Amino acid sequence: MKRDLSYEGVMARKNQIMIAAVGIDYSEFEEGPLSFDYEGMMRRAGYSLDEVQRIQAETGVGNTPLYELRNITNVVRQYAAPGYGARILLKDEACNPSGSFKARRAAVSVYHAKRNGYKGVIAATSGNYGAAVASQAAMRGLACIVVQEVYDSNRIGQPEILEKGRACEAYGADVIQLSVGPELFYVFLRLLEETGYFNASLYTPFGIAGIETLGYELAGQVRQKTGRSPDVVVVTHAGGGNVTGTARGLRKAGCASTQVVGVSVDLQGLHMASDRDFNRKSFTTGHTGFGVPFTTWPDRADVPRNAARPLRYLDRYLGVTQGEVFYVTEALAQIEGLERGPAGNVSLAAAMSIAAELDRDQIVVVQETEYTGAGKHPMAQLTFASENGVIVKRGDPRVQKPGESIIIPEHPEQISATELPLDALRRSYLRNAVESLEADALEHSDLKYLCEETSASLEFVRQVLCELGVNTQ
Amino acid sequence: MSEAAKQGDWVQIHSTVLRPEERAPQVPADTKKVPLEMWQKGYALTAARIGEQIQIRTVTGRVVTGELVSINPRYDHGFGRPVESVLAIGQELRALLEREAAPK
Repeated sequence: MKRDLSYEGVMARKNQIMIAAVGIDYSEFEEGPLSFDYEGMMRRAGYSLDEVQRIQAETGVGNTPLYELRNITNVVRQYAAPGYGARILLKDEACNPSGSFKARRAAVSVYHAKRNGYKGVIAATSGNYGAAVASQAAMRGLACIVVQEVYDSNRIGQPEILEKGRACEAYGADVIQLSVGPELFYVFLRLLEETGYFNASLYTPFGIAGIETLGYELAGQVRQKTGRSPDVVVVTHAGGGNVTGTARGLRKAGCASTQVVGVSVDLQGLHMASDRDFNRKSFTTGHTGFGVPFTTWPDRADVPRNAARPLRYLDRYLGVTQGEVFYVTEALAQIEGLERGPAGNVSLAAAMSIAAELDRDQIVVVQETEYTGAGKHPMAQLTFASENGVIVKRGDPRVQKPGESIIIPEHPEQISATELPLDALRRSYLRNAVESLEADALEHSDLKYLCEETSASLEFVRQVLCELGVNTQ
Repeated sequence: MSEAAKQGDWVQIHSTVLRPEERAPQVPADTKKVPLEMWQKGYALTAARIGEQIQIRTVTGRVVTGELVSINPRYDHGFGRPVESVLAIGQELRALLEREAAPK
């Protein structure tokens, strides 16, 4: 019988395609109407920290340098209150084989694919993850397909994504470029079905386990350098894997009191699936367009149960503006001598803001950088923004409007991250959970699960569920 | 006469994946007005002129068909122009640091 290749036909086979392409039967971790055994999934389907370290060492991933940003710290101390201005450290993840921390995720996924006899891997990503999977696949001798969302309907490509596509091709990948739209997932499913390749999803237990080494290494390096554990680790937040993996690694290293702060570029008001808005943003990742929806409902991912569950790990979630990130990217090159890509510097902008609130002897760690180059360079992005009618000027970064203006600060003191209150995200998560509920009532395991998911008290969860009209007695 | 690809040339093809009326229900209005389009690269299996349908073999061995849009496609993304709003940042920060380092 001929397979139905229509959109509806393929989407209807989603679950069976995914089971074959990921090799995990997620149903064995399901519990109540909402809950599933998250830690059980991470333990049984993932890899231990020791195994991940060994896998990553085989392909030269990890053990990236940790720099102290003395000049940026000194800049912050000029305007911070007397005695304030924490030391800012930065983990240079751009030193990974494909130029970003994504090599850590890809290393484990590609290893797993190879070990399980898959001939190739496919990743649906417009970001650094594509190059990471392509690079790891090249090292382990697997074929690689990367599916990207690149062009608007005028066939104008986002420069950052064009560069990432080029990098994937440089590592020997078969790159499929698409115009704007969430139906990328349909193309992705068709390819998985047609090729029988492994789905190197960003959100499997393997991928997340791969990032745990980042948090773990970082803790050791900070202790060695400064004699204390990091006070704050600032993480650029999009799909949630970076936050989840880093925080789990920190916990495994015994950093019980380290604060984990997620940061996204504020792109509120721009629709991520809009043909018009697509080329009016200057960041294709690390922004609120992924950060907020994935925090408030992780299971919107391309696997049935997302291993990245950021609300479990976030102590704070901050927003920064595009202009602030371009400013700190330039500062990092000009006074620290490190030319890196803007998307990896989202957390650096927030780190400057946080450092000004902390004592001088405290430690703030920016846990990643990414490579830069044609397309994914501040000048390339700002030139492109101007060409697309976005106003680029200096002034107060707060008055910017995503898609209309990018305001580059006039002074570093203007860099000031905005709090995105976690309780509002928790409420939003619980609303999404209730909407997904097919049963009439929750089971006891669900309540416990929702507390873990939102890292909130039973009282808070009960109160919100009650407001949403759900009986919890 | 338009440019032509020979068999074995490295080329790029274009095809339409979903017509506007076939697009997913959750797609916003502006995106729904346009088709979902796809571009792929590979080796030409036959000769063809730009605009003609052609079969190619991609680097993973997939054989796919589409309209020939480019022969030996170039990468044309670049570093942009120096942007005035960013150019001064380095000098300003160096001046700030020098002021701090100067003997009081």
